[in-house]
Amino acid sequence: MAERSFAKEVETLRVGAGEEFHGEGILAVTKALLQSGIAYVGGYQGAPISHLMDVLADAESLMSELDIHFEASASEASAAAMLAASVNYPLRGAVTWKSTVGTNVASDALANVASGGVTGGALVILGEDYGEGSSIMQERSHAFAMKSQMWLLDPRPNLTSIVNAVEQGFELSEASNTPVMLELRIRACHVYGSFTAKDNKRPEFRLRDAMENPVRDTNRIVLPPANYAHEHEKINKRWPAAIDYIKKNRLNEFLGAEEGEIGIVVQGGLYNTLIRALEIQGLSDSFGNAKVPIYVLNVTYPLVDDELVGFCADKRAVLLVEEGQPDYIEQAVNTILRKRDLQTRIVGKDVLPLAGEYTGEVMRRGIAEFMATYGGELAPGPRGHNVPAESESAPEELAEILPPRPAGFCTGCPERPIFSAMKMLEHEMGPFHVSCDIGCHLFSILPPFNIGNTTMGYGLGWAGASAFNTESDKRTISIMGDGGFWHNGLTSGVGNAVFNKNDNVLVIIDNNYAAATGGQDILSSRAERETKATGHSIQRAVAGVGVSWMRTVSSYDVELMRTTLRDALTTPIKGPKVIIAEGECMLNRQRREKPIKSKMVRDGKRVVRQRFGIDPDTCTGDHSCIRLSGCPSLTIQENPDPLREDPIAYVDNSCVGCGLCGEVAHAAVLCPSFYRADVIQNPNVRDRLSAKIHGAVIGWMQKRMERTRSRHAF
Amino acid sequence: MTDNPRPITLAVAALGGQGGGVLSGWIVKTAENCGYIAQYTSVPGVAQRTGATIYCIELFPKAAAVKEGKLPVLALTPMPGDVDIVIAAELMEAGRAVSRGFVTPDVTTLITSTHREYAISEKSAMGDGIADAEVVLKVARDRAKRLVAYDMKAAAEAAGSVISSALFGALAGSGALPFPRSAFEDTIRAGGRMVETNLASFANSYERAQSGQTDSDTVVKAVASTKTVESKQALSKPVEALLERIRSSFPAAIHPTLIEGARRCVDYQDPAYGQFYLDRLDSVLSLDSGPRGYVLTETVARYLALWMSYEDTIRVADLKTRGSRFERAQKEVRVKPDQIVYLTEFMHPRVEEIADTLPAPIGRYIMASPRLQTFMGRFTKKGRHIRTAKLSGFLLLAFLSSLRRIRRSTLRYKVEQARIEDWLGRVKSPAASDYDFAVEIARCQRLVKGYGDTHMRGLKNFAHLMDASETLAGRKDAARVLSGLRNAALADDVGETLQKELETLSSKSKSVA
Repeated sequence: MAERSFAKEVETLRVGAGEEFHGEGILAVTKALLQSGIAYVGGYQGAPISHLMDVLADAESLMSELDIHFEASASEASAAAMLAASVNYPLRGAVTWKSTVGTNVASDALANVASGGVTGGALVILGEDYGEGSSIMQERSHAFAMKSQMWLLDPRPNLTSIVNAVEQGFELSEASNTPVMLELRIRACHVYGSFTAKDNKRPEFRLRDAMENPVRDTNRIVLPPANYAHEHEKINKRWPAAIDYIKKNRLNEFLGAEEGEIGIVVQGGLYNTLIRALEIQGLSDSFGNAKVPIYVLNVTYPLVDDELVGFCADKRAVLLVEEGQPDYIEQAVNTILRKRDLQTRIVGKDVLPLAGEYTGEVMRRGIAEFMATYGGELAPGPRGHNVPAESESAPEELAEILPPRPAGFCTGCPERPIFSAMKMLEHEMGPFHVSCDIGCHLFSILPPFNIGNTTMGYGLGWAGASAFNTESDKRTISIMGDGGFWHNGLTSGVGNAVFNKNDNVLVIIDNNYAAATGGQDILSSRAERETKATGHSIQRAVAGVGVSWMRTVSSYDVELMRTTLRDALTTPIKGPKVIIAEGECMLNRQRREKPIKSKMVRDGKRVVRQRFGIDPDTCTGDHSCIRLSGCPSLTIQENPDPLREDPIAYVDNSCVGCGLCGEVAHAAVLCPSFYRADVIQNPNVRDRLSAKIHGAVIGWMQKRMERTRSRHAF
Repeated sequence: MTDNPRPITLAVAALGGQGGGVLSGWIVKTAENCGYIAQYTSVPGVAQRTGATIYCIELFPKAAAVKEGKLPVLALTPMPGDVDIVIAAELMEAGRAVSRGFVTPDVTTLITSTHREYAISEKSAMGDGIADAEVVLKVARDRAKRLVAYDMKAAAEAAGSVISSALFGALAGSGALPFPRSAFEDTIRAGGRMVETNLASFANSYERAQSGQTDSDTVVKAVASTKTVESKQALSKPVEALLERIRSSFPAAIHPTLIEGARRCVDYQDPAYGQFYLDRLDSVLSLDSGPRGYVLTETVARYLALWMSYEDTIRVADLKTRGSRFERAQKEVRVKPDQIVYLTEFMHPRVEEIADTLPAPIGRYIMASPRLQTFMGRFTKKGRHIRTAKLSGFLLLAFLSSLRRIRRSTLRYKVEQARIEDWLGRVKSPAASDYDFAVEIARCQRLVKGYGDTHMRGLKNFAHLMDASETLAGRKDAARVLSGLRNAALADDVGETLQKELETLSSKSKSVA
């Protein structure tokens, strides 16, 4: 079960034609898919489309009513390969993943499906993880569209435009026999808004219709000679067909002023930011009635030459707003104009930054500069609203003191103790080369652990250290999550290490979910699911590919983890060494257990609640415990002791009692200040009796001791 | 175009888990019910895992859109200089919003809780790494058109709710949105969860924001003040003698510190130990003539009391078994009257700690015998769980605590007193020639803290600084350099920075020579 349940929202997907649909961008996309008559949908989670996968998973029963098959794919490659169903049959299908990282993984299958072409509409929904809040390398998905000649939609970020793009995407795909990619930026995925719904549609042609009547067409398979033909087909047939469809159905929009000496060309996804920036400059109102003509590229690949030439021909200068690099669109537009011998000046990354997100302020500055040079009577654009004074730049003293907030492990996370153990081992044996993977565990590279040297991609933790397969006095440690393990790490990491006789150490973190992406179930998840098979052990898989040195350790057992790691790093036994650290993701565990426990408490059942605390009078304020933990609930407070200066450690009420504080205090011989409180809720008769007896004796003794002490109190 | 209808723009700055999403949802619902078109968006993802997130909300009057026959184009990111309302669920996040330019004097209402959720860099600092809240508050006062600031977390918790309800109440009470109070409350009711507590918290914050009363002037760090001796209190004879000695032999300005120090020593051991404390201070005062306000004596008084009450097993057992400690723990873990709580301590006594607590000759014998240590080590590999609220555990700790009577004969006592004497000697020797240097040497005691390995590391750093002070003696900049070295010792926990500084120092002094 995923971190966020959409069970309630999914019901709104049933609304029919003419009704107003309110919800997040992700839900709107799902609704649009249902309205498009798809036969299958799949994908792999990752921000910003994790919620799309969660919505789809929660909507499974609704989809099966509509004869739609939902596949929680093993990887983006599996998802992309799913599109093969649309090659020979008039089946509409959609797949989704995080881009560009997911597109990287998918590109083998994508290139194949793009080469052979499709019969049924094939749509790839890309969650574009670019700009603020992104956790991946900053690249563009645009390059994938260009290299395989798939079409790339980048609709305006309002729900109506997004829904239209989904529906038209399928039509465009069918009209041009080409898979289509729909790019949604992170904020568009999560934007809350509304649109007018249509009825959900069953697929006219079902998957079983295809399975029972197979069609074979060797011309669609990437093998000589068909592969050569495909390339020509792309250029001579599919491309013109796409251009034709885009023009006829006006996928790109001409907005703003009817005419003008200057104009703006913008990627659809950036339209809202552009309008706000223009508004601030006094060049538009809130409804997008801009004083300059705007050509909105809801399709950013392929470009429609005629439309572009028509837009630019009567203008002195055109501002091209294209986010990211390289500036593929700017290069293409310049080539198109040059070939038509048009002298319109294209101004793009000379006034806008070459790299980085185009936020409102960045765009406002770019527009101001463009208008100053080319604006004519419109320039310089007066700032229409909220003019901050010149001295408004943030004071330096503030910037200096604001502490950064790097992402970190959640309260009670089972991954934290693994790195506490590694940190202690580092104190003991010196630093190691640590090859990291993708997942929550990557937070180890940040404070307070500062562990990890590289990360090469999802599931590639061990492969990232494969060069270090040589004689050395020190072994390397690699990390891999259970998500990455099943995604590809079993073969790319473990299998690779076995085959190449690797002598290093891998720690697999088994927390029952693909946790970083929102707690989706995977093969080794423990929860039973009706439509998915879970409970497949990592241990058996690891042993199955030939690892003989394997240990399983509860991740909260810091001491055992340290000993096991030390063993793995020093054992004379040659060959790959795998340690599997088991501990359920605390976020998911709390969500699962909390309602059950509070119901038990309400029902009067005996429940023991555990949490940790620190005695302020024994804590000396050295914060060693924090440096070995970093738990959000382990924080600091001002020292109540008038003689001491440094803040003391303090456990706040968000503590879930995972036990790490005690383990670390023991294993690192830290400090006796920690205590665990076992709070018995709804105690039974025995509890009460026992507490009474112990309490009475202890209380009596305490009073006696207090009397002695208070003799000299002042 | 300034006359045209514009959206109301809001930015909500919150940390993962603070309910920024819930708050945004409430604002959107309220606006929709009041005839507004509402849009909101955020960037979840890894930022949610304890990082900071900004929610961007835009509200637009529906009537204006109907009149125009067009939907407004709403932005997905807040734009500097164009944010009407900034809501920050934590003080430093308010600072960050100001720093990003979202708070401007011409338009922005800034609603912020003044409480702190400390960042990892502040928490993991070796000493005091807490960012200065005053700086943020000052800037917030300067930059915001209107500021509503107080501890909204505490306000919400007082009503049994969480911070989002207090922020929502403060937003409604600030009057920055053109919606009536009832519209906000209806949204909470429609939510159907924790309605009563949320409404109570809402009402509390609504009124506070309406009254315009904020804490922004008074949230200055509350300094723990020393307890003075109440005149009515009945005092034992030895304590009276102690207090009389402080009053008659030491300057009044430093009495509070001395009383606190003496109180610590008496609580730690007995009144005679308090007299011993004052004997030592006497010898410092004789070198401290006073024109500098007795900084040296006061500094030594503070650190000497801390050192003399070093945390040995006896002290820890004493503090852990006190009735007041049981009460404090119960309050802290929020035990309800009908519940039972048991406390478990995590102790890991090693051979060192055992030897420390034994009479010095026996302790020394153990520490001199590797074979005995190996043997005893077998039993101290694992930490102990001690259940203090059960008789067996309590009796064990009560017994350890009772060893106070033989403390003066323990190995640890002898070792610590020797260390203290050495330190005092080093403080006193430059007192006449370089007063500031003497003060700095006294302050180095701050490095000795913690238990086990941490304590050892602190002692090692302290020893390095004492060695350095020998080299520095007589130099004009001795005080400044030593203070720099102390900061270096607190810069990291492996001693890297200190090592570098020490190397630079020794190479410099060599080149001078």
